[in-house]
Amino acid sequence: MTGSAVAGSPEASAFPGERPVTPEAVREHNLNELEYGRILELLGRAPTMTELGVFSALWSEHCSYKHSRPVLRTFPTTGPQVVQGPGENAGVLRLPGGWAVAFKIESHNHPSAVEPYQGAATGVGGILRDVFTMGARPVALLNSLRFGPLDHPRNRYLFAGVVRGVGDYGNCVGVPTLGGEVAFAPGYTGNPLVNAMCVGLLRESDLIRAAAEGVGNVLLAVGARTGRDGIHGASFASEELSEKSEARRPQVQVGDPFTEKLLLEASLELITSGLIVAIQDMGAAGLTSSSAEMAARGGVGVEIDTGLVPTREEGMTPYEILLSESQERMLVVATPTRVAEVQRVCEKWELSATPIGRVTDDGIFRVKHHGLTVAAIPGQRLVDDCPIYHPEARESEEARSRRSAVPPLPPKVDLQNALELLLDSPNIASKRWVYEQYDSTVQASTVLGPGGDAGVLRVPGTDFGLAVTVDCNARLVALDPYEGGKAAVAEAARNVACTGARPLGITDCLNFGNPEKPDVFFQFREACRGIAEACAAFDTPVTGGNVSFYNESPTGAIDPTPAIGMVGLLERVERRVPSHFAAPGDDVLILGTTRGELGGSAYWAEIRDFVGGRVPSVDLEAERRLQEFLVAAAGRGLLRSAHDAAEGGLLVALAEAAIGGPYAASGVGAVLDLERYAPRVALEGLLYGEDAGRVVLSADPADGAALAELARAHAVPLFRAGRTGGSALELRAASRVLSWDVEALRRPYFEAIPRRMQHADAERSAGE
Amino acid sequence: MLNVAVVRFPGSNCDFDTLRAAETVGANAYVVWHGDTDLRQADAVILPGGFSYGDYLRSGAIARFSPVMQAVQRHAADGGAVLGICNGFQILCEAHLLPGVLMRNAGLHFVSKPVDVTVERTDTPFTGDYAVGQRLRLPVAHGDGRFLAAADTLRMLEAEGRVVLRYVADTEGSPYQPNPNGSAAHIAGIRNAGGNVVGIMPHPERAADPVLGLADGRGFFTSMAAGKPQPSTAKVLSR
Repeated sequence: MTGSAVAGSPEASAFPGERPVTPEAVREHNLNELEYGRILELLGRAPTMTELGVFSALWSEHCSYKHSRPVLRTFPTTGPQVVQGPGENAGVLRLPGGWAVAFKIESHNHPSAVEPYQGAATGVGGILRDVFTMGARPVALLNSLRFGPLDHPRNRYLFAGVVRGVGDYGNCVGVPTLGGEVAFAPGYTGNPLVNAMCVGLLRESDLIRAAAEGVGNVLLAVGARTGRDGIHGASFASEELSEKSEARRPQVQVGDPFTEKLLLEASLELITSGLIVAIQDMGAAGLTSSSAEMAARGGVGVEIDTGLVPTREEGMTPYEILLSESQERMLVVATPTRVAEVQRVCEKWELSATPIGRVTDDGIFRVKHHGLTVAAIPGQRLVDDCPIYHPEARESEEARSRRSAVPPLPPKVDLQNALELLLDSPNIASKRWVYEQYDSTVQASTVLGPGGDAGVLRVPGTDFGLAVTVDCNARLVALDPYEGGKAAVAEAARNVACTGARPLGITDCLNFGNPEKPDVFFQFREACRGIAEACAAFDTPVTGGNVSFYNESPTGAIDPTPAIGMVGLLERVERRVPSHFAAPGDDVLILGTTRGELGGSAYWAEIRDFVGGRVPSVDLEAERRLQEFLVAAAGRGLLRSAHDAAEGGLLVALAEAAIGGPYAASGVGAVLDLERYAPRVALEGLLYGEDAGRVVLSADPADGAALAELARAHAVPLFRAGRTGGSALELRAASRVLSWDVEALRRPYFEAIPRRMQHADAERSAGE
Repeated sequence: MLNVAVVRFPGSNCDFDTLRAAETVGANAYVVWHGDTDLRQADAVILPGGFSYGDYLRSGAIARFSPVMQAVQRHAADGGAVLGICNGFQILCEAHLLPGVLMRNAGLHFVSKPVDVTVERTDTPFTGDYAVGQRLRLPVAHGDGRFLAAADTLRMLEAEGRVVLRYVADTEGSPYQPNPNGSAAHIAGIRNAGGNVVGIMPHPERAADPVLGLADGRGFFTSMAAGKPQPSTAKVLSR
């Protein structure tokens, strides 16, 4: 156990009028007997109500990671490219030329379930602050969203509200949304997932940590005033959703992206001018966690007077001020001599900066209100001494048997017609309806926008760029958490490599159900094992992220969804490779091996109404070679397009490459012969199997020999399947010729989601 | 060298992009704060995109009252070149430097995508390097871009040839809708009677560099750098 040798704690008084700490109050604060006992032991006395609130927030799952910490320790987190690993506001990786990239993903699931617009908007706001408090200018946003099926009006309402919330916030702040993913499955009906990721650029020399240092230094509250919104948001995030969750609506914060933009500019100016010692977002658990965590990182104490914090409403108690999650607020530490300068910078950006406390030498987290001490807790122990749990992990019998099951029903349609049905499925269809609501070109650095394998942005003033993506196929994770965890990392890395970029590192958002249930904890532990192995194999360390447990509603737990956010380096940005066929007359090539594995496939789910079977296993070594081949081929300018084969298998990947980008005037057909590609694989599996590690390429025929040589050097199977051209996607395999008119494929692909969402627009405008 | 003032309101978010695009054509581009009243001998003023003052109340409605707008008004009255892009266009309308209003998009959603527009006037300080009828592909990104005006105002704009950019509306059957916001007469940009003040919804500063895949917007900046409006007749592109 860490912490000082303080036996017990200084005295603290009840705030006038506050209720007594009863066993019932302890329960309401989601603290169990063991935890409350630990508090009594740690303080050497009973806590005040204010202190109980502080413990409740910091010892919530959201802040303490009490069920996940031992598992998270198994992630690889180091490497020569790592500037800052887990534990800070965001992870940081090294780029060429003194540049670095800060990035992080975080969930805002529960607020979005009860108030989709504000829940999603403030999720974006929080992740932006996590990145710019590192001294990085946000240059890209991504998001990973999950909803129940769109035939249900409530799901359409949530989907529309979340997309609008994500868009309005990021658009106003002026950060382009470069990618993301959206999926729909019954498991998310009561509990949608909203994960937001932000990527920022900084000079490595400007990196600043969130560690309070220097006894006597001043704590300042910067930005918006503190109101009563979001009190106990961190605790709300740490319990299952129920019918009562609707009453939590007042705990959902309200976002103000305009203030966020001012805060962004002011923070970056404070950091780059060297005026401040440390800075942290007042995010989950607000002032409490920001001050306690900064003090613990610096190995010091803090003293705050909540009476000095600017509030939005009269009569707020220290309890409310400490636990408010009002948005767009920062906690800044500065030396006393610099306070006036800090205030001048903030004033320029029309923000207030108010001294509210100081750094102390006694290691105590002390809170006063107009001089009355209402909380005094040993700071290091407050942050570190939450009990850590090692829950039982056991796969359910039902989950095991699903893996060995086979589809009971015949296909709804034949192999020819299945393609159109798959392209019309909202999971596979174009997400244009979504990303057109996000500004994807602000900052004038977008090289590849949404709609491809990964977004690519140029680093201004340099030759290089970044590729960014977020991925997870939750169906695979649900069926086999270990293989699904591997697959999520592999898909993210493949997407990054398809643009020509070398994968550098990941951030993860681990969305699971209640960890106290053995089958859920099994999913968590096994998925993390898969993620850790894949990250080690690809040399893409985990730089941070977020665990979101308790994603359960009365209908049960969500599908386990570990979303993997990845960043890659594209050394020559003008060599970026798009996803879609570029022109007629190019060679079409297939990279990787097809065994025709249909377990967990979209084809089985959509065409045979069956989610089950043995999922494809990911050969990590083969994946790594494939990534290296893609980076090398792109670097030499040998690729015209590259597109990962994922959901829907090889045929959907070919169709997507042919359909073309979202604003292409028309698609580009192809004539392909797969007779000799995988002769022993049945046609169903060849077309729709979801074997990992496959990519559809197109290239100038003149580069065929060079590509073949490169593939041999990397020991990657490369098959020349045919040529682009014509208006049809024509395919010869298993002694059959199948053909689809590309224009006829474009329609369902682009209209699947807008068609379903016409209802939502009607519902919304009727309500206004 | 051409002096270009890029006005920064609280909430502007295309200010850096606009500055960079102006610099790439050799202009001396600098930021002028919303609270300043000195445009520092600007030859041209650009009001960049963004969400000035959070676009609270109505897009551009608060920005028009900021001190810098008095200077912009004087500059415009003296015949100085003014370009408003997106939110800047909204501000110019609110400030009555341009007629009409920009309303919520017809589809109610924010729209971010590339659109095709036709250049209709080359006798402005920002379009001289284009040819009349030239088709450009430029990004739009706005929630309030639907240009509307009273019927007689629209008639006047057409009669006086004050429509500078118009969305291409003939891509029937294409999977994307050509007019992104339902604006009257597919208007994407207009100019004032004097021709020196121009407001447009698309973002040329995001399409001024070939590495981004779109470079059709560069002409707005090269035209400005050339320094004088060109007659609105067919001409050879200088790009």
